[in-house]
Amino acid sequence: MVASRAIGCLRRFANASRTLHHCSGYICRNFSRSSALLARSHINYGIKDDVAVIRINSPNSKVNTLNQELQSEFMEVMNEIWASDQVKSAVLISSKPGCFIAGADINMIAACKTPQEVTRLSQEGQKMFEKLENSPKPIVAAISGSCLGGGLELAISCQYRIATRDKKTVLGVPEVLLGILPGAGGTQRLPQMVGVPAAFDMMLTGRNIRADRAKKMGLVDQLVEPLGPGVKPPEERTIEYLEEIAVTFAKGLADKKISLKRSKGLMDKLTSYAMGIPFVRQQVYKKVEEQVRKQTKGLYPAPLKIIDVVKTGLEEGKDAGYLSESQKFGELAMTKESKALIGLYHGQVLCKKNKFGTPQREVKNIAVLGAGLMGAGIAQVSVDKGLKTILKDATLTGLSRGQQQVFKGLNDKVKKKTLTSFERDFIFNNLTGQLDYQSFEKADMVIEAVFEDINLKHKVLKEVEEVIGMHYFSPVDKMQLLEIITTPKTSKDTTASAVAVGLKQGKVIIVVKDGPGFYTTRCLAPMMSEVIRILQEGIGPKKLDSLTTGFGFPVGAATLVDEVGVDVAKHVAEDLGKAFGERFAGGSLELLKQMVSKGFLGRKSGKGFYVYKEGVKSKDLNSDMDSVLAGLQVSPKPEVSSDEDIQYRLVSRFVNEAALCLQEEILATPAEGDIGAVFGLGFPPCLGGPFRFVDLYGAQKIVDRLRRYEAAYGKQFTPCQLLIDQASAGKKFYQ
Amino acid sequence: MTSILTYTFKNLPSSTWALRFSLRPLSCSSQLRAAPAVQTSTKKTLAKPNVRNIVVVEGVRIPFLLSGTSYKDLMPHDLARAALSSLLIKTNVPKEVVDYIIFGTVIQEVKTSNVAREAALGAGFSDKTPAHTVTMACISANQAMTTGVGLIASGQSDVIVAGGVELMSDVPIRHSRKMRKMMLDLNKAKTLGQRLSLISKFRLNFLTPELPAVAEFSTSETMGHSADRLAASFAVSRLEQDEYALRSHRLAKKAQDEGLLSDVVPFKVPGKETVTKDNGIRPSSLEQMAKLKPAFVKPYGTVTAANSSFLTDGASAMLIMAEDKALAMGYKPKAYLRDFVYVSQDPKDQLLLGPTYATPKVLEKAGLTLKDIDAFEFHEAFSGQILANFKAMDSDWFAQNYMGRKAKVGSPPLEKFNNWGGSLSLGHPFGATGCRLVMAAANRLRKEGGQFGLVAACAAGGQGHAMIVETYPK
Repeated sequence: MVASRAIGCLRRFANASRTLHHCSGYICRNFSRSSALLARSHINYGIKDDVAVIRINSPNSKVNTLNQELQSEFMEVMNEIWASDQVKSAVLISSKPGCFIAGADINMIAACKTPQEVTRLSQEGQKMFEKLENSPKPIVAAISGSCLGGGLELAISCQYRIATRDKKTVLGVPEVLLGILPGAGGTQRLPQMVGVPAAFDMMLTGRNIRADRAKKMGLVDQLVEPLGPGVKPPEERTIEYLEEIAVTFAKGLADKKISLKRSKGLMDKLTSYAMGIPFVRQQVYKKVEEQVRKQTKGLYPAPLKIIDVVKTGLEEGKDAGYLSESQKFGELAMTKESKALIGLYHGQVLCKKNKFGTPQREVKNIAVLGAGLMGAGIAQVSVDKGLKTILKDATLTGLSRGQQQVFKGLNDKVKKKTLTSFERDFIFNNLTGQLDYQSFEKADMVIEAVFEDINLKHKVLKEVEEVIGMHYFSPVDKMQLLEIITTPKTSKDTTASAVAVGLKQGKVIIVVKDGPGFYTTRCLAPMMSEVIRILQEGIGPKKLDSLTTGFGFPVGAATLVDEVGVDVAKHVAEDLGKAFGERFAGGSLELLKQMVSKGFLGRKSGKGFYVYKEGVKSKDLNSDMDSVLAGLQVSPKPEVSSDEDIQYRLVSRFVNEAALCLQEEILATPAEGDIGAVFGLGFPPCLGGPFRFVDLYGAQKIVDRLRRYEAAYGKQFTPCQLLIDQASAGKKFYQ
Repeated sequence: MTSILTYTFKNLPSSTWALRFSLRPLSCSSQLRAAPAVQTSTKKTLAKPNVRNIVVVEGVRIPFLLSGTSYKDLMPHDLARAALSSLLIKTNVPKEVVDYIIFGTVIQEVKTSNVAREAALGAGFSDKTPAHTVTMACISANQAMTTGVGLIASGQSDVIVAGGVELMSDVPIRHSRKMRKMMLDLNKAKTLGQRLSLISKFRLNFLTPELPAVAEFSTSETMGHSADRLAASFAVSRLEQDEYALRSHRLAKKAQDEGLLSDVVPFKVPGKETVTKDNGIRPSSLEQMAKLKPAFVKPYGTVTAANSSFLTDGASAMLIMAEDKALAMGYKPKAYLRDFVYVSQDPKDQLLLGPTYATPKVLEKAGLTLKDIDAFEFHEAFSGQILANFKAMDSDWFAQNYMGRKAKVGSPPLEKFNNWGGSLSLGHPFGATGCRLVMAAANRLRKEGGQFGLVAACAAGGQGHAMIVETYPK
């Protein structure tokens, strides 16, 4: 009897929850009787009890972006909600599992012609979010997936934030990476929310913050665990669950059962106390600005303006802060730097797609020949994506070193707590180390990473049917670029396979045609030749380094030679010198030869242009190089030896060679050329890559410079036909 | 008849109060009529040609107690010994006849890591009878029993004692790894200088103890947390969970009061009173239960202390024999142990779904359907886990997408399910629960009538088990 009563209850509830969507609790309300509702394509909403659930789902797109249409639909909905007596609170959620709102629509900014137009966009956003912030009905942002830029600014305007603790859920304001700033109140709200230091960190680095860290920082109020399968797919149910939890909290907030006050830790309290003292604040601004100047060399305007805007808001009040934010946003959007960075962003998106289609056979097993730095690096970025990888080397010592490299890479992630030790072991198990060719027949793809010795390569490649070049950059786990080289014999499906593997490994990919030095090495070589020339002309390595980093290269030219390895540089210079002749002339190969013979191979041998010691960060010049450089000295040409000329001599040769690669169709598109140069070679990101640079700087001006240097030095500076054509026709690489 | 009624019952749309009331008489009648309808001679026995029939002669358990109560000063082998000696007394089995002893346990006391042997020696079994200990989380005792079944079926043994024990009142708390390392190095140090230099490396944080984790090693997630997520995955509400837990406690209380828990044997605790019954049965009210805060997913989770099984001390033991041997010795067996399966699945998101995977598999193996089962005995780790398993078993989508099956097996009818309470109310000494489940099924079949019982349980590591128990003809 007792039992059966309980059964009755149970059954009732089991059914009730199953039919939740069809019956009483949930009403899909057509609030307004107008046709506006029917026309809504990005946003729909329903009402659960007295909570309005607003769902964002932009049509025909994997992500939601804050574009004009979405914004106006959203405001329309909000106005209805505010006007309704039936609604006491609201939940804002995305129907797309991997994305809350990925950011504002960049094209919206790109379409603006003047800073004023952009400022107006910013002000509209500010107003909209201010209305949300002041909403009389609490709004809960339920975040699953990326919540970036404008998406985060929207979320922090809401009264409460709940996020799924999922690897895909990341929060951040990456505007700075596009040369702009968070222009919809973000610069003003973030410092209030997470404190000034953390806000600066977020805005100046643009870094993504994972949900659990966001919770600790106070950026979100609650976390929801991702769910496994139930009676529907996990992603679907997780979103539903997130919504259910958010609705509970929305009700609690409306009923004032849940407080909006956040309990702060001791550190937070101390920080906010300290930031209340004007003197401390000034010191913080100063310190941050110093750091930014040091890191950007003044080449990137956005970070400095962000500091400025935050400062204005804190020192002069909200109104001044908002005004400054919108104005600086307008100014930044018009800068060359921003255009260059946005161009790179688009390029990157392009190079993250497989334009060769889906390969016939998915690559699941790969084999890597050679367990050196490169081979092990390739293995490392493969195993953690679930690719079963054989790592083969000729010797046990070499193999062990390579296996240890892979393990260390994974273990570092455990230390950073992005992996658990169990996940590390599970991933590491995807790696098989061996000295023979056992099971190679099962590999869908064999990647050869034997040291650059052409004889060895031929020996290795003898019996292989189809070959495609995959040029990785060292260290493989850090460098994003993969340059894929095709020959006329390479089939489209092979290319598609190689690109698919590269994408799986998390790479940005450019596909180029075969030729000496492919694209990246070929562009670097003439610049390196000029580096030697400049050194021979008596400019010291330190000065040269500061000139190159001052132009925006992340690593100085002399340091770069040391890092790459002097022997490798010599090898490349010899090979490409033979292939391209006088265009690669300028510096004397003798310098590199002498360095190699003296054992100055760069960092790996402890000495190059600099002296390297284990555990010592600052580096001293290698004094033994003085005599070498003195012996090869040539007199500089004063008319082309100003600091600026030295910088342009280097860059113009790079750019000219890149253009030649496009002219010779080694490169398929300028976008790939820019991505390759920036991500593979460290071409200054603020210039957007060689092609973007020509567009922004002016093809004619480049040609003029080249002509001037040509007059001084000769044919290595002769501008290529494509550049001349661009200049004379006033054409741009990017329309 | 029973099955038809069950069927109607399950398919009634029951979202209103009116229907709920109308349901009550229905379900009552189904129970009432169930009694005379048993002892179906129409069903075939599951005996297989050329396979020895294996029987349970008897099974006992000492009362299952909340941790920290009467057993708190004992050691695990004390509890196991009590169960074993009670079995000896109850069955009168000559000790030389026992070929082998197997015990399950989960949290090991390092001093008695082969607890089966230590307990058997003290319980008066022959020192010539070997014993070993197995561990498989909450299905350790099941593993002990099936290991015995294997030994008998393969002709290696005729008489097996299987059981399990757990003492959660005391768990091994270790020194930190750093401290352990220093202590071990100190042991090896030869000179005073070496010792001093080792001691100089001592830091205060070396003293931080290491508690045994209740968390899954592979995922670092505690089981309660996983249960809460599982309940959420299947949209099991807090109220449903509390109602189920209440049912478990009420049924256990009733069974206890009516003296149905005949496997429980009294245990005179040294220095304390004699314990005669389980002490975790606490039928409360939904209102009381609703007041509890979530225990794992805070602040909005649904798994609470009241709808989870509690930390328990206890031990069980069982005499298993080849049927011919038992009959030759003049025993009247209680039940046959028939087909069994072990399953395993994703330890993160499906940690506690073992019964869902194991049930259809064991039914298929035995050539039975869900309708053939008269008594279900499932291990109740959490209310939410049981209800999630029901929903999973009742979902074609889940069966097709996660189990590679064409259709769902169906959810067990509640009126046949854990009718004498379960782990939620009787308690759950990890290593000992398996034998309790089998004995409950066997005793229920004898009492309530019916031929087949189905025992199923989930276990840490994402594993599961199910076994068919067939009543021994009277």
